[in-house]
Amino acid sequence: METKIVKKPRRKSVVRQATLPLHLMLLPGIFLVLVFNYSTMLGVIIAFQKFDPINSSGTSLLSIFFDSPWASHNGFGNFVSVAMNQAAISATINTVTIAVMKIITMFFSPIILSLMLNEIRKQAVKGAIQTILYLPHFISWVILAGIVIQLLSTTGIINNLFAYFQYINPQANLNDAGATLIAYKRIDFIQSPSMFQPIIIISNIWKEIGWSTIIYLAAISGVDPTLYEAAVMDGANKFKQMWHITLPGMKPIIILLLVLSLQGIFNAGFDQIFNLYSVATYSTGDIIDTFVYRISFTNSQWALGAAVGLFRALISLILISVSYALAYRFAQYEIF
Amino acid sequence: MSKELTTPEIDEKDSKKQLSKRKFSKIKSSNIIKNSKGYKVFSFFNYSFLIILALLCLLPLVQVLATSFSSGLAIKAGKVILWPVDSGMVNGEQVFYPFQFNFAAYQYMITKVAFWQAFWISVQRVVFGTSLSMFLIVICSYPLSQDQRKFSMRLIYVWFFFFSSLFSGGLIPTFYIVYKTGFFDTLAALIVPGAVHVFSIILLLNFFRQLPKELDEAAFMDGAGHWTILFKIYLPTSLPALATITLFTVVGYWNEWFSAIIYINNKSILPLATYLQEILIKKDPQALKPPETGQIGAEVITEQNMIAAQIFIGAAPILMIYPFLQKYFAKGIVLGSVKG
Repeated sequence: METKIVKKPRRKSVVRQATLPLHLMLLPGIFLVLVFNYSTMLGVIIAFQKFDPINSSGTSLLSIFFDSPWASHNGFGNFVSVAMNQAAISATINTVTIAVMKIITMFFSPIILSLMLNEIRKQAVKGAIQTILYLPHFISWVILAGIVIQLLSTTGIINNLFAYFQYINPQANLNDAGATLIAYKRIDFIQSPSMFQPIIIISNIWKEIGWSTIIYLAAISGVDPTLYEAAVMDGANKFKQMWHITLPGMKPIIILLLVLSLQGIFNAGFDQIFNLYSVATYSTGDIIDTFVYRISFTNSQWALGAAVGLFRALISLILISVSYALAYRFAQYEIF
Repeated sequence: MSKELTTPEIDEKDSKKQLSKRKFSKIKSSNIIKNSKGYKVFSFFNYSFLIILALLCLLPLVQVLATSFSSGLAIKAGKVILWPVDSGMVNGEQVFYPFQFNFAAYQYMITKVAFWQAFWISVQRVVFGTSLSMFLIVICSYPLSQDQRKFSMRLIYVWFFFFSSLFSGGLIPTFYIVYKTGFFDTLAALIVPGAVHVFSIILLLNFFRQLPKELDEAAFMDGAGHWTILFKIYLPTSLPALATITLFTVVGYWNEWFSAIIYINNKSILPLATYLQEILIKKDPQALKPPETGQIGAEVITEQNMIAAQIFIGAAPILMIYPFLQKYFAKGIVLGSVKG
């Protein structure tokens, strides 16, 4: 009798628990996601309308999206006018330029940095360096941008240092006494269009370089230590160990992160740029996200903003899907 | 011999001993000896480079801290470089005192009602927001971590949540939805729309899936329901993961500034991050008004040290929880995001 109970069919159904509580648990989360996320997907319809919130008289949640007349060009009027908008085109170009530069700099530097950190044997030193390098990741761009603006302002430390070195420059002293007093022409870095993109890239490295090593360091710590011992017995020096053991050990993660970084091609970092750019740097600093914000909330051209937003969201969706598909294919990466 | 092999960096003191040892083992380990010198040079540059890099990373923060403790006159004169400088008058002449702290900017900050109001809103937001988010994350992760055979709808639900993180209607539709829900200009607008963190749910559900299945099977045999299993077994066994996610949620709510820009008109419910944004970035003249002549600190408070003091107070809570954060994050982030 007892042996029968342990037989196969019984084992299969060992955990037939009621699933109703599981559905109930998901209910609040699903409700919020429906209201604040899926309903906005329905809201992309305003990109095809002559949308004006004044048109809406309904009180239900979604009514505002259905009370405006269709746009011209069979509803594509907003897209047509955006496509001919010089600012929108330059914002798109800036977005891709900045994002690609960020991806490139943030791909190589953490790999090199984590290899270097791995060579530090004194744990206290390593820990201290890591603690400092990780810190900016947790501080918001508002504060970091505030710091960057202060340092680069005309009265900031960078200009002060330049002014100081200009002053003690011996060539400046060759002339008469009055020449040394010629004021150093202070540079307003943050207002300079040609400086803007380098400032963005460098401050981004400052914030994220430490944090992005964490995943590589985890990969390095997962390398089998006996491999190193074997390599030492075979006469491999430290550099050869790095090249032939550590780097191959990191390879899966490197490939994975490279593939996943595809997602970022249209993401130049709204928080950072919104807090650092200004009217003077629109030509090199304006990106799609800041453009959408401005034409919607400053110019009240809501439909245009929605059209650009939809364009960006669709491209991001494609990029993310492709990158996850590639990650699954080449790195056997599963998200859940 | 073996010691030399595994620890190629040799202390200065031992190097002579090691050298004599080496002579004996010259033939066998000639490779290692040759390379250990090169490695020592590399190691020296490696240490120097990384320490300089860490300093470079820290210096901007130090400079701002120094500015916040400096007199406005010293800042204007360009005397503040990495350490605070105070100023004073001696016989009608301007004198600067390096390494002297000037607390005027902080004293003035303490009297600013708007700043502390924003601080208090941020605290409320963090407390309520983190509670709500953690509750949602926990009760959503548990069902989604169930075995597919036990919970056949699982994959549909997972995709439901996951897709919401891949695509959204964008800024404008989201703004109007929040507007229509009546949360506009309330604290709820800063909490509820972003309360479901899909990334954290995926992190936690992956953690739950690593827990031994025998645990909940045994509990089920003893008559426990799903709620009991979740709260009595899953949660106590995943405390490190929960701590990590909680800390990240706290940091997220503290740092998030953009939603208040679009959802909040009423200045009295601006969170600190947004309040700072208006001061540091937009340079709101009202908020940056220095004390008038005759008031305390009128000569030594300028826009710069006031901004610096606010930057520092704004970052202080993050700096305070950072050590706790650091304890967990390496473990937590690796737990969920990278499998296998």
